[in-house]
Amino acid sequence: MSFKFHIFSKISAYLLGFVWILPLLYAFWAAFHPTEYATKFDLFAPLTMDNFVSAWDQAPFLSYMLNTVIITTLILVSQLFVCTLAGYALAREEFRGRNIAFALIMMQLMVMPEVLIVENYQTLAGLSLVDTHLGVGLPYLASAFGIFLLRQTFKTIPQELEDAARVEGLSGLAIIWKVFVPLAFPTYLAYSLVSVSYHWNNFLWPLVVTNTEASRPLTVGMAIFGAPESGVDWSVISAGTLIAIGPLLILFLIFQRRFIQSFMQAGIK
Amino acid sequence: MRNLNKQLLTCAFASLVGVSGLVHAASDLTMYYPVAVGGALTKVVDGMVDKFEAQNPDINVTAIYAGNYNDARVKALAALKSGEPAQLSVMFSIDVHALRNMDAIVAFDDVISTDAERQWLDSFYPALMENGKADGKTWGVPFQRSTIVMYYNKDAFKAAGLDPEQPPTTWEEFINVGQKLVKKDAAGNVERWGAMIPSTGYPYWMFGALTKQNGEVLMNQAGTETYFDNPGVISALEYWQDLGSKHTIMPEGVIEWGTLRQNFLEQKTAIMWHSTGNLTTVKNKANFDFGVAMLPGNKDLGSPTGGGNFYLFKQSSAEEKQDALKLVKFMTSPEQAAHWSKATGYMGVSADAYETDTLRDYVKAFPPALVARDQLMHATAELSTHEAGKVRKYLDDAIQAALTGQESAAEALAGAQAQAKRALKRYK
Amino acid sequence: MNKKVNLKAWALMLPALSLLIAFTHWPTLKSVFRSVTWAKSDMAPSQFVGLENYAMMLDDPVFWKVMENNLWYAIGTVPTSIALAIIMALWVNSKMRFTGLLRLAFFTPTILPMITVANIWLFFYSPNIGLFDQLLQMVNIDGPNWLGDPDLALPSLIFMTVWKEAGFFMIFYLAALQLLSVELYEAAKVEGASAWCIFRKITFPLLMPTTLFVLINALLNAFKLVDHLFILTKGGPNNASNLLLYYIYETAFSFLDSYYAATLTVVMLVMLAIIAFVQIFIFDRKIHYR
Repeated sequence: MSFKFHIFSKISAYLLGFVWILPLLYAFWAAFHPTEYATKFDLFAPLTMDNFVSAWDQAPFLSYMLNTVIITTLILVSQLFVCTLAGYALAREEFRGRNIAFALIMMQLMVMPEVLIVENYQTLAGLSLVDTHLGVGLPYLASAFGIFLLRQTFKTIPQELEDAARVEGLSGLAIIWKVFVPLAFPTYLAYSLVSVSYHWNNFLWPLVVTNTEASRPLTVGMAIFGAPESGVDWSVISAGTLIAIGPLLILFLIFQRRFIQSFMQAGIK
Repeated sequence: MRNLNKQLLTCAFASLVGVSGLVHAASDLTMYYPVAVGGALTKVVDGMVDKFEAQNPDINVTAIYAGNYNDARVKALAALKSGEPAQLSVMFSIDVHALRNMDAIVAFDDVISTDAERQWLDSFYPALMENGKADGKTWGVPFQRSTIVMYYNKDAFKAAGLDPEQPPTTWEEFINVGQKLVKKDAAGNVERWGAMIPSTGYPYWMFGALTKQNGEVLMNQAGTETYFDNPGVISALEYWQDLGSKHTIMPEGVIEWGTLRQNFLEQKTAIMWHSTGNLTTVKNKANFDFGVAMLPGNKDLGSPTGGGNFYLFKQSSAEEKQDALKLVKFMTSPEQAAHWSKATGYMGVSADAYETDTLRDYVKAFPPALVARDQLMHATAELSTHEAGKVRKYLDDAIQAALTGQESAAEALAGAQAQAKRALKRYK
Repeated sequence: MNKKVNLKAWALMLPALSLLIAFTHWPTLKSVFRSVTWAKSDMAPSQFVGLENYAMMLDDPVFWKVMENNLWYAIGTVPTSIALAIIMALWVNSKMRFTGLLRLAFFTPTILPMITVANIWLFFYSPNIGLFDQLLQMVNIDGPNWLGDPDLALPSLIFMTVWKEAGFFMIFYLAALQLLSVELYEAAKVEGASAWCIFRKITFPLLMPTTLFVLINALLNAFKLVDHLFILTKGGPNNASNLLLYYIYETAFSFLDSYYAATLTVVMLVMLAIIAFVQIFIFDRKIHYR
């Protein structure tokens, strides 16, 4: 292996890494400098927080963020509950039609709710759930991916543990809660991080189904905020972007290792 | 017997409430509002609504800000369909046909009763009423309205040896002036373009200006026919095309609506055509001397009007309609319209609005605010047909196809005309 | 397999099944029904029109354009992101310095919302004042109008998509690489095999299951990742960057034609069914879920 190739490989690695992080770096640059410097790069440009102030003033970020938090929590809690039950049944119970049920569930991996916005919107309108947190969450409350992941994990838990619990007088849901859930904790964590980052970033369905600040999450709020209808002020938009991605980004930076491992784990299964 | 009891009870209750001093139960209005121009606007609307509520303590208004025009319409209609309350909305002035097809709105003529109200309905600039009328009735009352104006960089004019007080007024002058304004660096790369006309977002709207200037219209008033392939329409598109490809005063290809203002503020173009809705922002942000002028003309001067009208929804009680009417009358009253215009850059919708102290003082200090009004004399209706979304897209696509050199103007417009004809067949 | 067990299992499955049926299977069927009906407006009763909507679709140049674009979008994003993901994983898994930082840089786009970073990319692509054109200006090239040129709009979207998903796929390769046995490599090195040879003969074949898994995901993304269109191009100019899912959205929520939108949805479902078919009958024989 030639030395030259090594150097070349190294340089390209760092270069690509830089390119990959560039959009974020730019957002920081534009957000902390006055508008005039949004397109001019000058090391000595004055720093300012004004963009954050005017972004904060122009859009109800607090309600957006609250909505995002409520929606992702609602979805996550429901997913964990629903997927645990179904995952357990599929992993541990013998019953006729199990394969068909499993196949039906797996269909959602292919036919994601995004594809069915037209019909799901009609359903939601029929239920008068348009523009509610529940409405944004509904199509995602059950997750084929979560069921699959938990089914795989539950399958690896030795039968003896379950039998022992039964001998101790535990039954049904108690076994799931006391034996299976704790043992599958890493899977739950992995799945939760994947789910949260997916729904924190989800856009198309929330766009369709939300109307107002009462339920609109950050992504949709940002799309309206940055809508080029009357021209764009880069600096303010960048500041808004940083506000919007801030919480998740900070979480990610702190728990970086955990995050990446979780995605890995979810992927291996 | 049971029924009687119930009635008695209701009576007793009603009299109790009456005695307690309330005139009648407070009524709730829900208004959908398209915020297309950034969050700051919601505060202006909120302020006006608060003022209205202070004057009418028995009416409680909820404003729902639903995104752009498209979103607002979708959301309002969805609400109506699912039986949620909605009495009025500001929606795209050109949605009138679609809204009528859905039987969603009532004509203002059927809600007003007094002579004063009839007078009010006649008080707006006629050009702003064009898009709101159909079948001899008025369905939309102008509020958030704009036209296209020409913003130009006076410093650039001076630097190019042009008179900054003499912006181009004809198509020919526009080309000549534009060519002088193009600034290139030593290597021959363009540092500043002469002009930019945006061709994303609302290309059909910009094109409406060019066709009006060429003495053409794009559709009939019933919204059942389009004239995209008329020779005058084709030559208008050819003119637009040539600005980039032949006269090179404009970059070739498509120009982004959203980033155009930034281009102008960064002096990457000396002239831009844009909505009057940008006036306040440009005024606050430009660090050079700028002017605002009417668009240049060819056979005619002109620009389409644009923006949103008030509509009243059919699906509401008679009292609610009266309350909604009251709100519309308040919002469009000269004092409020003037306040609105000053705060946003949108037009004052009636001559009376410009007679108020608010606007008179404002335009004295800042004359560009008058250009949009003066141009109204030459204004025309915005493209509005049945199946509006599709027809608009056909024209938008044709314009972009021509500007990017994929097709000739004649080919592209003939294609759009054929598609529009097919879409409108069912409405003849 | 007695009746009691049966009931318990179904009871456990009930929440999941009812939710999935209500929001996946039922709407799928309803799309098919709706695609053979039509009404003048959403408020009017609909009537059966047979295959009229499909005939209209075959006659619709925009439909063919979005299908073509979707094909190019897939061709442009899938192999590129997979190749980049493998290279990234190899780098991050290597012994060079700062691999932690590199991994962070590559992975960060994954957790950023597409819609908000699209605003930043809009600036990058902006003609004249945008970052890319400014960089080109430095070497005295008049930069193109990235999103405004019909030949460049779709490639520009593809580039951003690759940026967004390559780091995500890298993670799967990284996980797979860390499971590969060290001895195998030691042996190969002793044999004096070149790096390229090792990769071609050992690493890549061993990564095959991961590649197939990533391939399916990348294909699915090629159909469902349209968020950035809302900010960057709105499908323009002249549909040069329009994609099927965005066209469905436009048709349903801008043109208010839910019948035609349902027709397009059925096409989308067929495409997804084909991908599923490929996965189940071709790949699943090779990938073993544990």
